[in-house]
Amino acid sequence: MTNDHPAVRSKTNIPFYRDERILQIFAQVVSTVVIIGILIWAIINFFRAAEARNMTLTFGFLKDSAGFPISNPPIAYEPVMSTGRAFLVGLVNTLMVSGLGIVFAVILGTLIALARLSSNWLLSRIALIYIEFHRNIPLLVLLFIWYFVVFGMVPPVQESIIWPGPTFVNKRGVYLSWPRLTETGSIFMISIAIGLLLATIAYSMLRKRRKITGKETYYIPASLGLLIISFIVGWLLSGGTPFQIDSPYLDGFNYQGGLRLTPEFAGMFISLSMYTGAFIAEVIRGGIQAVDRGQIEAARAVGLSPLQVLSLVIMPQALRIIIPPMISQFLNLTKNSSLALAIGFQEVFSVGKIAINQAGRAVPVFAMIMITYLSLSLLTSFILNIYNRRIQFVLR
Amino acid sequence: MATLENKLEIIQPPLPPGPLKWVKENLFSGFFNTLMTIVLFPVISITLFLVLKWVFLGADWRAVTQFPMLYTVGQYPRDQIWRVGIVLSSILLFLGISWGKWGGLLRTISFTAGLVFIIMALLPVQHPQLTLGMRSYLGSNALIILVGYFIGRIKAVKDIYIVIGWLLIPFFGIVLLAGIGNSSILPSVPTTLWGGLLVTFLLAAGGIFLSFPLGVALALGRRSSLPVVSAFSTIFIEMIRGVPLVTILFMFSIILALFLPPESRIDRLVRALMAVTVFSAAYTAENVRGGLQAVPLGQIEAAKALGMGNLKTKIFIELPQALRAVLPSIVGQFISLFKDTTLVVIIGINDFLGIGRSIINSDPEFVQLRMEVYIFMALVYWVFSYFMSLASRRLEAAMGLSDTL
Amino acid sequence: MYRKYFPIIAMFMVLTIILTACGGTGTVETVIETVIVEVPAEGPPAKAEILDRVLERGKVVCGGRTDLAGFGMLDEAGNNTGFDIDFCRAVAAAVLGDPTAIEVVPLTAADRGPVLQTAEVDILSRNVTWTASRDSQWGNFTTVMFYDGQGFMIRKDSGITSTADFDGGTVCVTSGTTTEQNLSDFFRQNGMEYEAVIFEESAAVYSAYEEGRCDITTSDKSQLASVRSGFADPDAHFILDITISKEPLTPAVPHGDDTWFDIVKLVSYALINAEELGITSANVEAMKSSENINVLRLLGEEGDWGYTDLGLEPDALANAIAAVGNYGQIYDRYMGPVGISFTLPRGPNELWNNGGLIYAPPVK
Repeated sequence: MTNDHPAVRSKTNIPFYRDERILQIFAQVVSTVVIIGILIWAIINFFRAAEARNMTLTFGFLKDSAGFPISNPPIAYEPVMSTGRAFLVGLVNTLMVSGLGIVFAVILGTLIALARLSSNWLLSRIALIYIEFHRNIPLLVLLFIWYFVVFGMVPPVQESIIWPGPTFVNKRGVYLSWPRLTETGSIFMISIAIGLLLATIAYSMLRKRRKITGKETYYIPASLGLLIISFIVGWLLSGGTPFQIDSPYLDGFNYQGGLRLTPEFAGMFISLSMYTGAFIAEVIRGGIQAVDRGQIEAARAVGLSPLQVLSLVIMPQALRIIIPPMISQFLNLTKNSSLALAIGFQEVFSVGKIAINQAGRAVPVFAMIMITYLSLSLLTSFILNIYNRRIQFVLR
Repeated sequence: MATLENKLEIIQPPLPPGPLKWVKENLFSGFFNTLMTIVLFPVISITLFLVLKWVFLGADWRAVTQFPMLYTVGQYPRDQIWRVGIVLSSILLFLGISWGKWGGLLRTISFTAGLVFIIMALLPVQHPQLTLGMRSYLGSNALIILVGYFIGRIKAVKDIYIVIGWLLIPFFGIVLLAGIGNSSILPSVPTTLWGGLLVTFLLAAGGIFLSFPLGVALALGRRSSLPVVSAFSTIFIEMIRGVPLVTILFMFSIILALFLPPESRIDRLVRALMAVTVFSAAYTAENVRGGLQAVPLGQIEAAKALGMGNLKTKIFIELPQALRAVLPSIVGQFISLFKDTTLVVIIGINDFLGIGRSIINSDPEFVQLRMEVYIFMALVYWVFSYFMSLASRRLEAAMGLSDTL
Repeated sequence: MYRKYFPIIAMFMVLTIILTACGGTGTVETVIETVIVEVPAEGPPAKAEILDRVLERGKVVCGGRTDLAGFGMLDEAGNNTGFDIDFCRAVAAAVLGDPTAIEVVPLTAADRGPVLQTAEVDILSRNVTWTASRDSQWGNFTTVMFYDGQGFMIRKDSGITSTADFDGGTVCVTSGTTTEQNLSDFFRQNGMEYEAVIFEESAAVYSAYEEGRCDITTSDKSQLASVRSGFADPDAHFILDITISKEPLTPAVPHGDDTWFDIVKLVSYALINAEELGITSANVEAMKSSENINVLRLLGEEGDWGYTDLGLEPDALANAIAAVGNYGQIYDRYMGPVGISFTLPRGPNELWNNGGLIYAPPVK
């Protein structure tokens, strides 16, 4: 492989069957021919089968009316809408459950990692049990336990559990009281948005100035102050009522209003974040423990506060170790969301499967499912890899 | 003697702290810590009490205890069940032989397995399916391990025989389980009847066993200097790793048939196994690639300097070192594959989880008992994968890899 | 330490070399390819590809189910049984002379189309509704074996008395069915809102309904009757007396093999004609010396009902009847007044000369 040393190359009397360069070319040609051959063979088979069984391979069906309902579509959807729209609904569901799942898995994972590292023996053991339990059972079993067992024990609508809030829990889901924007709410939101923008600008500018001049510019208090001001201004402008608490109420068969989490979504979301949370906890613990103790002691010795030690010394170093395995956990979570099919939460894969059945276009729909997951994976790892590169050591 | 004792005295580590000191250090050091202990202790005690109360008094384990055979082998014909027994016993025999030969970690595994079988044989409960014959079979399995141990101690039994034996077991096992045509001794048993733990282990072990060569080939392919080979391998690996296992299972169970000649019909279980293999191969490839990258360049240069060819260098220098380094991560992958095989439920194969689900659905009474069934399933999966991960950690420590990896 | 583990590593390496050697150049795709090619090809591609492979295999592979009382279920000994399975047995008896020569592949509703398209099963006999689009995309539908219609099941204490009360209700439904589509059409036409809860496994659908996740569940009425009989408290539920669709449940075969298609159709004609002519599984031998020329033709004693062209034995249909009985016998076995599973009046599934819709072309 590395035999291209001039001394070797100059010898021209090597027979061709021992000349590595020729052999390499030969190997490439053979493997290409074999692989392409198999692909062509498979495709010919496929076209033959498609013809014999009247299968169509175009994507025109995406415009046709889907005809099947989807439970609790996150975006407007009716069965009269197109199959493409149905697929989009599935995609939004996948993104929603994996996005929220990732956020909560990270929060949960961090808390558990901290508990695991706690000096309190009891707390650390509880965290260990949590981690070992979740890491050693299949996600599907966890999913079934949450959906069929835990949500199975919840009472029917008429006998809902009422938690303060008010929050209603019954077979049809969890109904939370949730703030909804009133008519003047948009003014409030705009004001907050402006405040956020100003705060960001102030933060980066003042911080830069401190770096250049070395003078304390109080960039954190300044930007926080801007945010608070925008909040107060928005509140006053909107007449003091930007939000209204929307409480669920019983109407006919079901509760109406409030924020509703269906048992399918809740089951999926809870199991995904709890399962991945255990793995993330281990990743974070590993990262924090990898930071040299001497670093922490040194930081303490120069008089940094515990918070400063954490944010300025431990985290920057731990993150470098944490981020790469964390990326793969995020990807796992996204891919695992396809298990939702088993409990009737309709994300890309399960919508795709129904579409395959109803529209009878196995191959095009399946190709769409694969491409969706592939691009989700590639996109996630692309974005996180950029972030990862930014936080790794910069050699100056 | 006296000097030795003295020396021992010197190198002895500080005495472990007394219980009181331990409690003070670990539970009541500082205000926050004390508060935490005071809050947590009652919470844990009450939870534990409730759980134990439920397990022993509240729960109804009928749906679990009534069908031990269904959980282990599924619908496998009961009059042919001896075939499963022989396969299990021969694996245990080889486990025993390997223990006798190599000892180490295998000793612990053999001991645990033997103990489990003895306990099962002596379970002090009445059960229609735990007949005297079944009890004596279970008990004799422990004996078989011991017999294997003594065979393994014999000098004449060379390492290579045992390795060949391990390689032959899967083929022997499959033939025995599936049967041959319409013969009267070994009537064929269609795989639609296989189920339970049998299928779970078959898929996990088969997946790892078959995916290994494929994974190594892919890893070599990806590192190859031939752009075409490298490109194909990379595309393959990244495509498989980019999609969920469910889609690959689905592809093999439904879509694959369209790309094959119409007259070929591959068995459902074989298709599931193919899917699991392909999936696992992509991950194995990445593990092995990591191992290959860790092989110092000097090793390869030294091999070249000795006049070894490309192929020889790969087989005798690079791969052994790389594989040694990745063995623990392959065990780790086996564990996750073991858990992932549950997904075959989605394509309608009755693995351990699938059997549990069909038992739940078989009787309206059992629908009410699903909590017990799912908790039992979780426990079984947990026990297997937890002990496998313990074994993997021991392996890592034994190979002195814990610091290099 | 390293030496100690050498055997394990050696084992893996030997395995690697063996398997990659099989793969020729050692590229991935070739290894996969070897695995595929090792599967014995079952006969050359020909017009009668399915019949040929059934004969060669000595077994009929049926797409069925194991979870629907009356239609496809497991008996106490773990054997597949039910209305749909008996039809499959009849085909096996006719083609192979052995009603036990079947293999039942349990399918979810969503798997039915793909397995027909890929010809993974020889017959799909799993209460599947015949629709025009399925006929063109999935496979060939043979003869309607069960005339059904979609209905609704509700809890007695829910206060619902008619479909007019459905507005805003939650409905449990199986994915990948005509039911799913009819449901959305029904609510749209009546200008009502509903929330669908969709599972792939019908067992999950009905247990979700039984536990109160849904107010209403919907399916073919025969299926609802079957499911209701299995509930812990069947009397707490009732099936509304309304039928919102036509559901002709029909066995189907893959596209592309006309001979096989004809055979399966003929078997169903024979079962229906046998009831009409009074031939039962008990008297089939005695009927072979009947006076009735139509009976003799059906049993292969006189004339040729087509067996030479189809490559079957003259008594193939007689075997089928002897194995599972005539249409009425099969129906009564599971759903008759003393049926194993439940009782459902035959209604439209009476013979045509008895006021029903069951009608088959003459076998001669």
